[in-house]
Amino acid sequence: MSWEPVIGLEIHIHLKTRTKMFCRCEVEYAAEPNSHTCPVCLAHPGSLPVPNEKAVEWTIKLGLALGCRIADRAIFHRKNYFYPDNPKGYQISQYDEPLCVDGRLVVPGPDGTTEVGIVRAHLEEDAAKNVHLGTAEGRIAGASATLVDFNRAGTPLVEIVTQPDIRSADAARRFLQLLRQTVVELGISDAEMEKGSLRFDVNVSVRPSGSDELRTRTELKNLNSFAFAARAIEREVQRQAEVYQSGGDVEQETLHFDPGAESAPPLRSKEEAQDYRYFPEPDLLPIEPPAELVEKMRGELHELPGARILRLAEGLDVGLAEDLVTSGRDALYERVPGDRRAVANVLMNQFAVSGVDPAAANADELGRLIDARSRIPRDRFTEALAKSGDPGFSADAYLGDGLVAETSELEPIVDRILEANPGQVESYRGGKEGLLGFFVGQVMRETQGKADPKVVNELLREKLSA
Amino acid sequence: MSVETLRLKAEEASRLVESGEASAAELHAAYLAAIEERDGELNSYLRTVPEADGAGVPIAFKDVISSRGVETTAGSKILSGYVPVFDSTVAARCREAGLPLIGKTNMDEFAMGSSTENSAFGPTRNPWDPERVPGGSSGGSAAAVAAGLAPWALGSDTGGSVKQPASLCGIVGLRPTYGTVSRYGIVAFASSLDQIGPMTKTVRDNALLYRIVAGKDPNDTTTVDVPPVEIPEAEDLKGLRVGVPRELNEAEGIEPGVKQAVDRTIELCRELGAEVGETSLPRSVEYGLACYYLVAPAEASSNLARYDGVRYGLRVDGANVREMYEKTRDAGFGDEPKRRIMLGAYALSAGYYEAYYGQAQKVRTVIAREHAAAFESFDVLVSPTSPTVAFKIGEKAENPLAMYLSDVLTIPSNMAGLPGLSIPCGLSDGLPVGFQLIGPQFSENTLFRTGHALEQTIGFDYVPERLR
Amino acid sequence: MAISRDEVLHVARLARLELTDDEVEKFTEQLSAILEAVAKVSELDLSDVEPTAHPLDIVNVWADDEPRPSLQAEEALANAPDRHDGFFKVPPA
Repeated sequence: MSWEPVIGLEIHIHLKTRTKMFCRCEVEYAAEPNSHTCPVCLAHPGSLPVPNEKAVEWTIKLGLALGCRIADRAIFHRKNYFYPDNPKGYQISQYDEPLCVDGRLVVPGPDGTTEVGIVRAHLEEDAAKNVHLGTAEGRIAGASATLVDFNRAGTPLVEIVTQPDIRSADAARRFLQLLRQTVVELGISDAEMEKGSLRFDVNVSVRPSGSDELRTRTELKNLNSFAFAARAIEREVQRQAEVYQSGGDVEQETLHFDPGAESAPPLRSKEEAQDYRYFPEPDLLPIEPPAELVEKMRGELHELPGARILRLAEGLDVGLAEDLVTSGRDALYERVPGDRRAVANVLMNQFAVSGVDPAAANADELGRLIDARSRIPRDRFTEALAKSGDPGFSADAYLGDGLVAETSELEPIVDRILEANPGQVESYRGGKEGLLGFFVGQVMRETQGKADPKVVNELLREKLSA
Repeated sequence: MSVETLRLKAEEASRLVESGEASAAELHAAYLAAIEERDGELNSYLRTVPEADGAGVPIAFKDVISSRGVETTAGSKILSGYVPVFDSTVAARCREAGLPLIGKTNMDEFAMGSSTENSAFGPTRNPWDPERVPGGSSGGSAAAVAAGLAPWALGSDTGGSVKQPASLCGIVGLRPTYGTVSRYGIVAFASSLDQIGPMTKTVRDNALLYRIVAGKDPNDTTTVDVPPVEIPEAEDLKGLRVGVPRELNEAEGIEPGVKQAVDRTIELCRELGAEVGETSLPRSVEYGLACYYLVAPAEASSNLARYDGVRYGLRVDGANVREMYEKTRDAGFGDEPKRRIMLGAYALSAGYYEAYYGQAQKVRTVIAREHAAAFESFDVLVSPTSPTVAFKIGEKAENPLAMYLSDVLTIPSNMAGLPGLSIPCGLSDGLPVGFQLIGPQFSENTLFRTGHALEQTIGFDYVPERLR
Repeated sequence: MAISRDEVLHVARLARLELTDDEVEKFTEQLSAILEAVAKVSELDLSDVEPTAHPLDIVNVWADDEPRPSLQAEEALANAPDRHDGFFKVPPA
């Protein structure tokens, strides 16, 4: 029996607006504790929320980028629960009338594209930050006190929920990468996991390959990198398959990972179903996105990374196209003339290690360099690439003192070598064709490596077969 | 000069200050002295402010209103010692108008109650009869104004908490159209119902105070612009169409003495030139209470979740944070908030939402439609404000449902977000009877005009008999 | 009883209220009476009535993404029942 993974993702993205979602405190990463707070984000008695217009705009923009339908009417809901990082005792979020619904993200991949359905994207506020005192790494278990910093409380978050359309750990990783890049290119978030501006949870279940049932899923939380997540997903898929295989049943569980200790097994818990008692937020009015706003946001969308990968893949292969787009070198790729594969390969390899900013590189000169690369010694080529971002860079310097390819220049040298080695000439003509390498080597020594090996080869063959 | 505070209207006080006959500081001191003299008996104030900060007519605030630097408890132990670091918008506007704060007045805890007996700091007594309640939840403000311990005051009204105590204490109280006075800085009870209302000796004073505090506030997105406030002059009601909703005027529990005084006042409307006719609000009164006691506690259960001992107010320690929450909230909340929080949580909980909260919000729509229909034929609807005059302290305290019935006449229009003005219209057994005027949204000027004309003709003496 | 003792314990837990046994008994009785009274709303057939979203008919109220001064950290912590350096301190979560 073979099992296929059924994977869905829930991603939280911090919008990089200047101020918080419901008050005008400035958002600043790693500021002095409680230095960016006010009666609203501290939930003082009588405080009231005032939505951030930019956050609404950017959520609409993200929804459009994900192919969502923008709701005619969206409202905020209160999600009620108690926790020290939740000052009001409720989080202002969205429930059954979110801003964006029914989208999809097409994720290109080596085994074909995966269309991942986007159930919804909605707007909400982030919680404060808890630090657990009294343990080495600030873990919850065994803490003696909890310290709370409300600087982060109220930061705008977009929550994106996918359909369980992802069928492999690698596809999940590629989805996350593509989503991250899309969000960064839209200019609405830095989406950096280390800074907490992108967080995600994974829902994993398995089912017999080919079936369409949905079995019990487990939730993986607190994964701190895409690669780590892929590995964790693989392990969990394996575990679940083994459970079913041995006749058992997978239980509903949440796996809490430890970002500090990758190899540590996750803490398992059965989280009691929480009753959040959602109800429409009475302190906020509904949002009815004006058509002009939606169209304005649509007009601001450029060709997004997923679409660029698909387009470039037509002239290359998906893997290379994906590499170019995800590494931020596709714009340069499109500007550099020449053989597509050759250009792609150089950009992803030698150019990549040069450290040159793709935006600064001189595309035309790079094209000339790449075109002539078989004639340029490796270290000269590397040197040229390193300078390709300098203002006024020209490939001339590297092509000029590049390989000598002129027959008129090389012929006399070849003749001389052949004359000087009559014994080897006879052996070659007698059938030892491997001696060609010897002659080539001699010519290269004569020319201090500057002869174009292709031309030398041709000349030698011609003369030796005469 | 010693200022006689018992009878002093805000408009008069303003004239005294403007003409230089008395300074704001002198006025302020006079009120503090009166409080010293008479408030021991009444307990209308929780605390006073020693220095007059402003050059205008002093004012009292219900302790649900945040003033920067002045302790604000909302009548609860859980906020004992809490000092706001910001001004509510209404406090800021009063400050800008130069009104010095006299002090913070007593109230039912978190505005939950109709008698001010639910205060964690002792009940307030009715200046007309100290054995009786002043009404609630703005009982402290009502008693202070009635007893000459403040020329005017602000209260808050959710289910009738400005109108009903005004009625029981013989003063004027306005519950404004929802959205015309900012809730920013007002300790929240039920967000879709709470409004701050002026409590005064006369209708003109009420309009003057409303004009100071009303208007759109960028800190409260549920507020809107307000039509210019007209201070009433006319003493007739020519051209006014007055509707008498059957259900409001014949509700169960209306005392005969109250009905008499109200019927007399309705007759007075005719005499002053109004067209008076009967009308009906078929389901608003019958279902209003049930609707309110689902919506308000639901919103309250959420609004009161922030009182958790983390950032301000009372904290009772525990071994872990959950224990701390439970102990703090158990010690800090009185019975009425606990009841309403649990009722509200229940009404919102999974499986019950549709039947309770969801259904109540639909009843609200029905109530709004019925009132709108009535307002197609009438400019103002009238009724008693409270079914009874002031009841005895302790009489209803043990019976929550009986207490809730005090609001049966004020609640329906509140559910529709409509303004209501209560004016004293007479006495029954020596105790004040309140006359409720309800108008469509943004009809405060009509309510002021009507109230003022009636007030001038009725000639009710707002100084309690025993204090004269 | 419109609400059972267990249900009262459940909502008390949801609301983080620690009740004594006496309180549970008293509140069960009182809440039952109140719930019976408010259940009256279910007498009406309102299947084609929209719930009231807001008393006023307004939408799209928000503010520009322009910063306003925050409280000083000392002000923010002024009412804190317990603190540690610049943080609010609570028993372990």
